Amino acid sequence: MKGKMITVDGNEAVASVAYRLSEAATIYPITPSSPMGEHADEWSAQGRQNIWGGVPRVVEMQSEGGAAGAMHGSLQAGALTTTFTASQGLLLMIPNMFKIAGELTSCAMHVSARTVATHALSIFGDHSDVMAARSTGWALLASGSVQEAHHLACIAHAATLKARVPVLHFFDGFRTSHEVSKIEYLEDETLRDMIDDDLVAAHRKRALSPDRPFIRGTAQNPDVFFQAREACNPYYMAAPDIFQEAMDKFSSLTGYSYHLFDYVGHPEAERVLVIMGSGAETAHETVQYLTEQGEKVGVIKVRLFRPFSARHFVNSLPKSVKTVAILDRTKESGSLGEPLYLDVVSAIEEMAASGELPTKDKPRIIGGRYGLSSKEFTPAMVKAVLDEASKPSPKNHFTVGIDDDVAKTSLELDRSFSIPHPGLSQAVFFGLGADGTVGANKNSIKIIGEGTDLYAQGYFVYDSKKSGGITISHLRFGPEPIRSTYVIQKADFVGCHQFPFVEKYDVLNAAAQGATFLLNSPYGPEEVWDHLPVTMQRHIIDKKLKFYVIDAYRVAREKGLGVRINTIMQTCFFALSGILPKDDAIGRIKEAIEKTYGKRGEAVVEMNIAAVDAALDHMHQVNVPERVTASFDLRPPVSPEAPEFVRDVLGPMIALKGDELPVSALPADGTFPSGTSRWEKRNIALEIPQWEPEICIQCGKCALVCPHATIRGKVYEKKWLEGAPEGWRYAPAKWPKMQGMYFTIQVAPEDCVGCGLCVQNCPAKSKTDAKKKAINMTPQLPIKDREARYWEHFLSIPDIERGQLNIKSVKDVMLLRPLFEFSGACAGCGETPYVKLLSQLFGDRAIVANATGCSSIYGGNLPTTPWTYNDDGRGPAWSNSLFEDNAEFGLGMRLSANIRQTRARQLLSELAGSIGERLVDEILKADQSDESGLATVRQRVAELKTKLSGLNDPKAKELAELADDLVKRSIWIVGGDGWAYDIGYGGLDHVLASGENVNVLVLDTEVYSNTGGQMSKATPMGAVAKFAAAGKPTGKKDLALMAMTYGNVYVARVAIGANDAQTIRAFLEAESYPGSSIIIAYCHCIAHGYDLKYGLEQQKKAVACGHWPLLRYDPRLAAEGKSPLQLDSKAPQIPLKEYALNETRFAMLHNAFPERAEKLLEAAQKGIYERWALYEGLSQILGRKEDAM
Amino acid sequence: MTDLSTTYLGLKLKNPLVASASPLTKQFDNIKRLEEAGVGAIVLHSLFEEELIAESIRLHEHLEEGAESFPEALTYFPELPQYGIGPESYLKLIEAAKGSTSMPIIASLNAASPGKWADYARRIEESGADALELNVYTIPTDPLVTSSQVEEELSEIVKDVCEAVEIPVAVKLSPFYSSIPCVAKTVTEAGAEGITIFNRFYQPDLDIKTMDVVPRLELSTSQELLLRLRWAAIISPRIKADIAITGGVHKGEDIAKCILAGAKVAMVASALLKNGISHASIMLEEFRRFLEEKRLKSAEEIRGHLSQRAVANPKAFERANYVKLISSY
Repeated sequence: MKGKMITVDGNEAVASVAYRLSEAATIYPITPSSPMGEHADEWSAQGRQNIWGGVPRVVEMQSEGGAAGAMHGSLQAGALTTTFTASQGLLLMIPNMFKIAGELTSCAMHVSARTVATHALSIFGDHSDVMAARSTGWALLASGSVQEAHHLACIAHAATLKARVPVLHFFDGFRTSHEVSKIEYLEDETLRDMIDDDLVAAHRKRALSPDRPFIRGTAQNPDVFFQAREACNPYYMAAPDIFQEAMDKFSSLTGYSYHLFDYVGHPEAERVLVIMGSGAETAHETVQYLTEQGEKVGVIKVRLFRPFSARHFVNSLPKSVKTVAILDRTKESGSLGEPLYLDVVSAIEEMAASGELPTKDKPRIIGGRYGLSSKEFTPAMVKAVLDEASKPSPKNHFTVGIDDDVAKTSLELDRSFSIPHPGLSQAVFFGLGADGTVGANKNSIKIIGEGTDLYAQGYFVYDSKKSGGITISHLRFGPEPIRSTYVIQKADFVGCHQFPFVEKYDVLNAAAQGATFLLNSPYGPEEVWDHLPVTMQRHIIDKKLKFYVIDAYRVAREKGLGVRINTIMQTCFFALSGILPKDDAIGRIKEAIEKTYGKRGEAVVEMNIAAVDAALDHMHQVNVPERVTASFDLRPPVSPEAPEFVRDVLGPMIALKGDELPVSALPADGTFPSGTSRWEKRNIALEIPQWEPEICIQCGKCALVCPHATIRGKVYEKKWLEGAPEGWRYAPAKWPKMQGMYFTIQVAPEDCVGCGLCVQNCPAKSKTDAKKKAINMTPQLPIKDREARYWEHFLSIPDIERGQLNIKSVKDVMLLRPLFEFSGACAGCGETPYVKLLSQLFGDRAIVANATGCSSIYGGNLPTTPWTYNDDGRGPAWSNSLFEDNAEFGLGMRLSANIRQTRARQLLSELAGSIGERLVDEILKADQSDESGLATVRQRVAELKTKLSGLNDPKAKELAELADDLVKRSIWIVGGDGWAYDIGYGGLDHVLASGENVNVLVLDTEVYSNTGGQMSKATPMGAVAKFAAAGKPTGKKDLALMAMTYGNVYVARVAIGANDAQTIRAFLEAESYPGSSIIIAYCHCIAHGYDLKYGLEQQKKAVACGHWPLLRYDPRLAAEGKSPLQLDSKAPQIPLKEYALNETRFAMLHNAFPERAEKLLEAAQKGIYERWALYEGLSQILGRKEDAM
Repeated sequence: MTDLSTTYLGLKLKNPLVASASPLTKQFDNIKRLEEAGVGAIVLHSLFEEELIAESIRLHEHLEEGAESFPEALTYFPELPQYGIGPESYLKLIEAAKGSTSMPIIASLNAASPGKWADYARRIEESGADALELNVYTIPTDPLVTSSQVEEELSEIVKDVCEAVEIPVAVKLSPFYSSIPCVAKTVTEAGAEGITIFNRFYQPDLDIKTMDVVPRLELSTSQELLLRLRWAAIISPRIKADIAITGGVHKGEDIAKCILAGAKVAMVASALLKNGISHASIMLEEFRRFLEEKRLKSAEEIRGHLSQRAVANPKAFERANYVKLISSY
């Protein structure tokens, strides 16, 4: 180690260089690249300078297409401009990338390479995005580690200035972008030395300027386009050498050596791998080990993939090579091979043909795929490929790392193969998101990385569920640079921070012989053994683990830390691992606490320090018995009664064993069954609501607001009391029409996440016990089994017929079966109650187009998904296309539904003779405007199907297939504000203008929630968000008003917590409106920063202060001579502050920058009054206009 | 010209009307306006340790909520260079007030933990406050805690603070002690140079519609002054600490009553909250007129004139008087 060492993740390492070497960054958030833009924005807000002494300007755009356009413009006007993106974002940049390259523009952008969505979306890493951009003419430069990404980012910025070929620098999403690593920092001086100011001046000189005008971007005709396109060739021919020059210069400045193709391995290797990205690091360490074992193997690490220099490539091959195996981290269906493979094949063939191949023989070439969507890539896989390469007839176009039992492409693995790492400490921690485990581990890496000479690496695996999800941290510390870009396989230390995991997961599977195991346990050292399952006891005994327990929750509680046990567990880890002397470690933990939490106030620091001091007194070693004594083992992830697919395919995913599933287990086209979330009993709530029948007024508000559909009401006949489990709670049903029937509210005890929204929203209080409401939070564990029995009985009771209900009332909506249940949304989510309502009202005939975002993740992320079906097997049909195209996607669905229905009606008429005029007439003229009409038409369709089955006519067969389309389809276009206000607005606007019968539901959290709270155009003035760290200076876009201007669009703005009846009315009106409708729904969100159990109170305040005026604009009313605009809330009743300052997003600005906050809130308050006046005026004018007509 | 000046806690005040700790004295602009309205000094709103702790924990919880749980959103808020949590903004207010006004600035402190009183007092002193008022109160709920334990704790806090700082210290008392003169004596012996009587608390009210407890703080009325006048009259001759009256001071004549009862200063909050800051100048004018009508040259001349020791009938302040009063209904 030479210079200053820092401990950062790949995103920060890259952003640090890109920021200092740029004058502007135009960006748009997308996982996993978002943090690069966020870092740049924070540094810019702090006034950090680039190497020229300026403060780079960071601009968030409405989409990556916009970011690329702005970057193109900025470059054309002369500023050194960069961007950060990934996956679909990169795809949206492609049109501009062609232009930028075509204009030979110096530019470097940075991509945390991520899978492009195909059969499914994946946020994880592979090269499918970068490879999709390879025809743009950009140079493609690959980094394999955090240190390399820091270095090659610099080389990219330097080389492009001379080469005039723009550079896409990429590194693997998550594996590198999110790996925390100790690296040597590039100081400003080094960056300065790398940049040739004359070239910067030349770049500026090529810019557009009215002082020396020219035009660029002409339209060319067949006569010259071709020649002009070829004119760039010299630049591309020169580029590889220019990159190598930059690498050489970098080497002379820093001592780190890079080549276009870096060879590692035996000098006389016969088998050589070719690979790029983080996999190259694993290949490097594996090849090194095998070479030490005497094997003649090597690896070429590709740095500059494009422009591909065949000469440089072949010259990097050892002369002895006999087989070259190329590994691509992407898949191109239908191609002869993946991109790197094809380029290597061409290079070797061409060089051989021209006699320039320096090897003794022309090597044999094989290629294969690995690591799609961050699939692990381990030394065993490297070895499997090298072993394959030594076979007389090796597989070509193979896969490695999976079991492809369908096309038989996969290579066999020796799973026991691993590489010894003497001196390396490896630790694995299992935690919950909420307990702070990952944060503490990131801190530990910094403590060790910055406090010792050891190298440090941390990699974190998260859950796809947004609440109560597991986190697994992998930490390595050692004297040598760490090249292991895969999760820990043999851990010296395992920390299990959550006791319930011992029955759920095989947490000690990766524990090495003699490792230390620390368990956060409510049971002390004497009792804990009896609470461990067979598998765990066996690991502990067989591997001779040193076993410790601590009741960290008790310590945390005593110190006022609630559920955050991070610093306590961290202290125990340091005390047990011995990486640092104990007292030294504790001192450093305390320093880290000061540093991390100091800004948040003394109390937080003091509480954590007190917890550190108390931790070790509560940690005890367990005397491990000699024999396994447990009578139970790991719980099966799903009930044995679950459907086969759920049990055999989704079950292993839940148990963290999805990697073991073979290709044949998975659908080839991305189609999965509905209604699977009911089988994943997550049991994450500490407390669940319990019903008090005597107090309950049966209003239905609890069920309406429940984000996870875990609290439900049912009205039923007396007979269902007879078979009910003992203690079953019920009350006489309080519905005038349902006299003599009974009513029960029941919670799904293992699905409830314990958010408390229902209890907070319950209006019924005991008259004798002020503490009691009609539902009350109660510890889950003691009542779980009993309530599970009740839940099972509850589900067995049939739903009341929809036709009997008045679905305009909250009370009756409670009795409609939710067809969206147990999603992975945050506890207390403000979006899902609307989604659930949609499913209750229209789910049995709805098709949902869902924009990418929170709702597509909690709605569609495996293993289990929440969209489900009713007892008739009907339910919402759901699909997600992209982020930007959802309105169009939904419009397409409407198009198809109309085509199908039109055809069905046509056939029905044509077949009237054989079917019978009466039935045909009844169907064609059916009133489908309410539930009883719909029920009738369904009966008729069933009758029709019976009749059709007896007809031997091709048209009858066709009609039988289309018959269900005779029932009205409800098309819903659902997405968040990032989609509706920003990236998808153009499409949304077009769809609304089309007048087609689609319903748009905008789940407006006023921020990009899924990617971590970036500002959107829905963000209100004065709120802090990412890219608006100083509070958003401009007001929220009034999407409702904009939609109203069309005049023929149904528009509603709703807030379920403020006026639930208005919300239901708006949904029904929107759906019944025969044109385009849009509902903009207020959604409280974790990104607002307060305890979400108060979400509904905040909604009331949002409406009361006028920030969120409720309205409905129904064009049908104009025809009745009324004003189409109805204001459903009163003029502002309370000051904006009374609402805003309850939320961290506003309050943090108020504390940090009180004067600015005051100014912005004052302006926002003024805006509220002005908007209200505008609405009131508009409502009156629209009413008057009709009068006058 | 009648001399309104007085001394309080060893500080020279141009008149005995002091702006009491209230939401008004939270804002720098108000502090300036109070000086313009002519008050003799101001007591800043209290630095509440409990509030700082709650804010700190709340911010921490909300910044951590959902963080490092889900791969696409490792945080939900941008990192700010500072969050304005902690006593810094309070200390800055002291500095700003001192830097731009010429009247004495008295800070007010309510700490929650024993060790913290002295710590915050020191930081307040370093920020330039001229004096410190300790806003000590407890609502004892444990039947096993005796009144002497409560008083001992109070005395310990005062002692700790007085040992820690050089600036004069006043103690704001609640009216709910068994023997107010004894408590006043104890805190004086512990080092306090002033006693402020009395604290007014948020009083929980019961909402019979929602069946909930709701916090409430009504503005004071002149009626409340009577309680203060009695105790000022009783203790002012008996202890050496300066007495300040707060609660019920609404008019110029109320100031006069406070001085007559033996208080050094009369503190005002509710009247200004109700009538605006400029009301202070009206009160002062009324007070001046009263003195002029009595042909007094200075306010000091009447101080303690109607204290218990000074009056002809000291029993008037004792219980007999109370018996007489109710029997006259």
